[in-house]
Amino acid sequence: MSKTGRNFMGVWLILSMLSVAVFAESITIKGSTTVFPIAQKAAEYFMDDNHDVDISVQGGGSGVGIASIIDGTADIGDASRPIKNKELNKAASRGVRPKAHVIAMDGIAVIVHPSNSIGGLSKQQIKDIYTGKISFWSGVGGKREKIVVISRDSASGTFETFNKLALGKAKVRPDALLQASNQAVLNTVARTPGAIGYVGLGFVNSSVNAIEVDGVMASKETVLSGEYSLARPLFMYTNGKPKGVVKEFIDYIKSDEGQRLVEDVGYIGLLD
Amino acid sequence: MSIKREKIYELIFGILAFASLLFFIGITGVLFKEGLPIFKNVGIFKFIFGKYWYPTYEPPDFGIFPLIAATFFITFGAMLIAVPLGVGGALFINEVATSGQKAFLKPIIELLAGIPSIVYGLFGMVIVAPFLQKLFHIPVGLCAFTASLLLGMMAIPTICSIAEDALNCVPRSFKEASFALGANRWQTLTKVTIPAAGSGISTAIILGMGRAIGETMTVLMVAGGAAVIPKSIFDPVRPMTATIAAEMGEAVVGSLHFQALFAIGLILFLITLVFNIIAELLSKKFRKRLGLGL
Repeated sequence: MSKTGRNFMGVWLILSMLSVAVFAESITIKGSTTVFPIAQKAAEYFMDDNHDVDISVQGGGSGVGIASIIDGTADIGDASRPIKNKELNKAASRGVRPKAHVIAMDGIAVIVHPSNSIGGLSKQQIKDIYTGKISFWSGVGGKREKIVVISRDSASGTFETFNKLALGKAKVRPDALLQASNQAVLNTVARTPGAIGYVGLGFVNSSVNAIEVDGVMASKETVLSGEYSLARPLFMYTNGKPKGVVKEFIDYIKSDEGQRLVEDVGYIGLLD
Repeated sequence: MSIKREKIYELIFGILAFASLLFFIGITGVLFKEGLPIFKNVGIFKFIFGKYWYPTYEPPDFGIFPLIAATFFITFGAMLIAVPLGVGGALFINEVATSGQKAFLKPIIELLAGIPSIVYGLFGMVIVAPFLQKLFHIPVGLCAFTASLLLGMMAIPTICSIAEDALNCVPRSFKEASFALGANRWQTLTKVTIPAAGSGISTAIILGMGRAIGETMTVLMVAGGAAVIPKSIFDPVRPMTATIAAEMGEAVVGSLHFQALFAIGLILFLITLVFNIIAELLSKKFRKRLGLGL
């Protein structure tokens, strides 16, 4: 190879590396810890198919997710609750137009310790337990044992949804144990014989008993049919209509394959 | 040349030293800026002495008294454990232990300080809490007692190593004088060494308390998280640090809730500041008394 030929090769190599750097696109996703496993899994599969896309997925909570859309620090903001009016106003003042994409459904399961003989509660009973009217399992037909009420910290999206759907926004008794994650609630209920708690349907495992709410057991069918009342949509927010690779990613999650991933991580896909 | 080089070094290290001052001013500045508005919006008295913490309801309640009470409650419990063990350990190492025991014990205690707090938290959640639950037949093991036990363990190395340093500073001549007067080892220890090292030991205890008050991860995991004023040592509680850690991620930036969390941080900062000032004053007094210079 001549000297100029080698030089040419070198230039070409450098240029090709630069072009990878220039054309590699990145997506930043932040927000709800509930949506996190979906975003994470979908990002892995999406990047396998699209080597030139780099997706970073972070948690932080629904508030962080929406704030990052408003601040422009993320391309996609995950949220387990719809955007609040206050947040909408803030977005408007910055010229940001948050657009919601429903990517999955989540059922909130009410769980008790496996040794508990209670198989179901009415929504009213759940409300009475969480607001402090009923303090013993005997009040709902169980043993004379103190109920250990376990809730999520009052800023979490799961709490907000449970509070709205199950408690009608009533205040949780102040002596309820507040845990900081779904997993922590699950672990505490699994270790505490008198406990009652609630977690996303995807987190339920055999270490606890999920109970019927108003006679309906939480499952994919009952959530999609609307029979199970403690269910909510999960969102991804973008600033305006998504474009380019962000649109591709959201379309991917909504596709058959994406919805299968949603079910893999324990949530409820929107397709039958 | 060497003078020039010295000047450059002076400048570099000067900048480095002032960098921490800059961080300090920056952090306190942000704490005040973000935290102060809540006192205007809610009222300082209502904020500090309010009994209910319902930050996300309509209308919200921003009373942090249960959180302050919980912090002091579990810190007090932790000190009941850490002071005897920490100071006792220091006395043993300094006065009784053979040099072999000393060479073995000191690194072990210092190693205890190096365990990350999340490991203490996991240990507490998975082993200590279920054990205490069975042992005392309490409804739930995540409570003030468990938190105190773990915080106590975590404060031992701080107290032990600073107290040991203080004992080390007591001049040999004090003890020799005591022995010369016919006092035995116990009398020398209680009448001479401990009083001489007293303010140094107090410094150790106060710094240990500061450690316990500021600890976050462990209490978030094992204290239970109920925002009520504790009535029993087996009540679940929610210290100030755990509240900030659990809720900051979900609070809407700039909202009252956000301000309230910063204000909790501000109050925590002021508490630890007071503790550090007391510790500093005591330590000065100690050094002066033993003629060690300031």
